[in-house]
Amino acid sequence: MSAGAVPWRGLRRSAVVLLGGLAVAAGLGVLPLAADSAGSLALVAGGLAILFAAIELGDGFGLSRRWLVIAVPMLWFLVFFLIPFVVLGRISLSEVVIARPPYSPLWERGPNGELEIIASLDNYRFLLDDPLYVNAYLSSIKVAIVSTVFALLVGYPIAYYIARSPEPRRSVLLLLVILPFWTSFLLRVYAWIGFLRSNGVINNILMWAGVIDEPLVMMQTDFAVYIGIVYTYLPFMILPLYATLVKLDDALLEAAADLGATPTVTFLTVTLPLSMPGIIAGSMLVFIPAIGEYVIPALLGGPDTLMIGRVLWDEFFSSRDWPVASSVAIVMLIVVVIPIMWLQAVQNREAPE
Amino acid sequence: MTSPTIAANTRPWLDPAAKPFISIRHITKRFDDVTAVNDVSLDIFRGELFCLLGGSGCGKSTLLRMLAGFEVPTAGQILIDGQDMAGVPADKRPTNMMFQSYALFPHMTVEKNVAYGLLREGKSKAEAYQRVAEMLRLVKLEQYAKRKPHQLSGGQRQRVALARALIKQPKLLLLDEPLGALDKKLREETQFELIRIQETLGVTFIVVTHDQDEAMTLATRIGVMDEGVIRQVGEPREIYEAPNSRYVADFIGSVNLFEGKAGPAAPDLMRVETGDLGPVVVPPVEALVQGQNVWLAVRPERISLERHRPEGRANVVEGVVEDLAYGGHLTAYRVRLDNGRVISVTQSNRLRDEDPISWDERVFAIWQPGAARVLTK
Repeated sequence: MSAGAVPWRGLRRSAVVLLGGLAVAAGLGVLPLAADSAGSLALVAGGLAILFAAIELGDGFGLSRRWLVIAVPMLWFLVFFLIPFVVLGRISLSEVVIARPPYSPLWERGPNGELEIIASLDNYRFLLDDPLYVNAYLSSIKVAIVSTVFALLVGYPIAYYIARSPEPRRSVLLLLVILPFWTSFLLRVYAWIGFLRSNGVINNILMWAGVIDEPLVMMQTDFAVYIGIVYTYLPFMILPLYATLVKLDDALLEAAADLGATPTVTFLTVTLPLSMPGIIAGSMLVFIPAIGEYVIPALLGGPDTLMIGRVLWDEFFSSRDWPVASSVAIVMLIVVVIPIMWLQAVQNREAPE
Repeated sequence: MTSPTIAANTRPWLDPAAKPFISIRHITKRFDDVTAVNDVSLDIFRGELFCLLGGSGCGKSTLLRMLAGFEVPTAGQILIDGQDMAGVPADKRPTNMMFQSYALFPHMTVEKNVAYGLLREGKSKAEAYQRVAEMLRLVKLEQYAKRKPHQLSGGQRQRVALARALIKQPKLLLLDEPLGALDKKLREETQFELIRIQETLGVTFIVVTHDQDEAMTLATRIGVMDEGVIRQVGEPREIYEAPNSRYVADFIGSVNLFEGKAGPAAPDLMRVETGDLGPVVVPPVEALVQGQNVWLAVRPERISLERHRPEGRANVVEGVVEDLAYGGHLTAYRVRLDNGRVISVTQSNRLRDEDPISWDERVFAIWQPGAARVLTK
């Protein structure tokens, strides 16, 4: 270590202590702050304290700083995904009680000091027994699959067109795909209500044109939910598709034509297989958020639109049954993780050695 | 042996009655405001290995792509075996192309790549793969049938591309810089391999290349292209020995060019007054007017160097060896003449123990009257 590193060391150690202290103080509510700002402060100060402590420890063990590149995201993953997941898993094993927090401990000491285990898989069994949950999962998977297929059918031609466009136009088109992200997602879903409702834009135009006499019922149907999901997640489908299609070598298409393939056959035998990585990535990016979607079915769907995100919300906030809600969440996570693992397996197999 | 019919069979372009297999008639291709190919007319005969030779941007690839059907000519007509290609899409043409980048399908094995064209014809799988096996044997790749393109070396990929283009037994095979991506050694081997395959199958080849050595080795005839027009068409020897313009003389091989004025017409030998060399004697050229501007093209290997002034010889110039490069079989000299002009001379190294001419030696450069080619454009 160079001489210049030594004063840094002291500074870093005091930073760890100061920030750590600040985080603990904010977390315990000692500071004269509103609860939510105290919470944010605790989070930021705590995170920085852990980061500096990690650098300190790393240096202490003579590790190269390069591990930090991995360590920071790993730490993030640990704090914001793994720990909450463990907490969720723990809650899902307990029973609901009228208390604060509204779930039981996993074990208790009996009157004679013997250990009584309360933890059980009853909540999971309950999910399987009650058709509501099974149906909600199946219906969510169905909605997610149908939405993904439609997003693919709509997104593929758009991505293909953009990828085949000459350069200046291509950038403009890509910008147009990304542009909707600059307004609030909620606002855009609300805008669809204006389009879809009985006296909305679509019905008014159709009735004015004389195509229909009575307004079509589109709001509060599964159709509206599909529209909302496909619309919202379309850019996530288009961008990875575009990324693979733009790399497609024109010479391959010419070679196929040269060997006697009609444009349709060329598409099926060359373009489509070569864009598979984009299709898989785009489908995952639509399928995964769609399966747990809450806002879109809540705003556009009807009372019979059954989706697991809504069931989860109801369990947490209406029934206040945290253990069941937690087990619903864990099962949903598993349902989502399986396709991701499949994707990984496919990509590993496809990757050149 | 000397019967004219045999000569016409192997060199059909010498026979004015021979029917061309491919007729390119006044083909022009414009992209926006750039004219890539400008009124090109060309006849190519069955079984030829024709090379389109030119620098980048000369229009040779555009011409090839029009034959394949990837580009539509702005004007003109292309006939292949008597059939007009206008409006015939690439997938219906009796041509196949070997791409410069090879354009192998990366997601298919070698076998599937080669079978692709046959399966599009509606051949049964069994028949297609039977033919694929034969074709892979021809290009010596039978052990690699199950590999993917990224698992092959450059030379192997080149042969897969060739096999894939040949398997449909096209009437015409178009090759875009077929050896461009190979290293020198492999390129030389592959040149003869290409000729062997071409002769085995009897397919007509049109090869686009920027490499004059490649064109010389491969071609039955060469078309030299520049700025969208064909400057000269001829057999390799003709192009090299009898270029029709300074451009072609300079493009093929190296050459010393001297500007001069034609002397009076003479039955035996005529004189050209050059600025750099003084009077030079050349064989008589018809249709040359006295005083007309001409250029003399003399190949470096046609000039010999002597230490002493040869007696009673024409075309002798004196100078100093400024630089030389020993190349094993020959040595390339740069000789600075007394008027400052530098000429290139190559001498073959025939004897092991000769005393070679070296730097700064005073030398006399001599050439036969017939060694110089008189050019008027």
